Amino acid sequence: MVNYKVRLDRTFRALVDPTRRAILAQLERRDGASISQLAKPFKIALPAVMKHLDVLADAGLVTRSKSGRTVTVRLRPQPMREAMEWLRRYERFWSSSLDRLTAYAESKEAEARRHGR
Amino acid sequence: MTTLTLVRRIKARPQLVFDAVTTAQGIAQWWGPDAGPVLVAESDARVGGRYRVRFRMLDATEHESSGEFLEIVRPERVVMSWRWKGGVEDPGESRVEITLKPVPEGTELTFVHSQLHDEETRRSHEGGWTGSLDKLQALFAVVSAAQ
Repeated sequence: MVNYKVRLDRTFRALVDPTRRAILAQLERRDGASISQLAKPFKIALPAVMKHLDVLADAGLVTRSKSGRTVTVRLRPQPMREAMEWLRRYERFWSSSLDRLTAYAESKEAEARRHGR
Repeated sequence: MTTLTLVRRIKARPQLVFDAVTTAQGIAQWWGPDAGPVLVAESDARVGGRYRVRFRMLDATEHESSGEFLEIVRPERVVMSWRWKGGVEDPGESRVEITLKPVPEGTELTFVHSQLHDEETRRSHEGGWTGSLDKLQALFAVVSAAQ
């Protein structure tokens, strides 16, 4: 449970920054990109992009793999799914509760009918 | 996000659904997101009266929510305030509105949980991140669609 909360915090903290969201959006469109490819659209220095990638990697939102001198960055969407679930928790809560309410009220109706009411 | 609306068609007359929603005995039978037990159910179903529900989930965590009945029209409509008790889950107060309409097979229940968005936004700012939740959701939608 604690791990879950820590993970959520990291995910949301990583996603708050517009540059990091733009990096994720880029990665979503292509399967793997080099750091210089990712840096291209931004008016910031490469080291700044690297720092953003550190934050994203700490949150588990990207993976980096090195081959020779090229680092390939890939999207890892699992933490985002978890964050999405968190955002949708009310829907899950009420939807299951109402399913149970439906089953219960229908059983009460069946019972009332058996007793001729 | 601003409002969650759910509709259910129930094969039971509105009175029975209404009682299931407003009595402690009824609430104890369905409240909660999984098959875990309701531990406490209290309900004083009149305007200004309060309710309190505590339940345990199958993952052994316990949660409590409570609020006040704001409107009661038997067997058509219940409006209540709603909040989680304590902890990180507590997102402040929101509003739950349940409307029951008689239909040939029984009851059409419309459930509306509102005032969530502003609260979430406020909390997100408190948490130190200023990004708009809508943008986040748009991003999530893109990512989920890509999977």
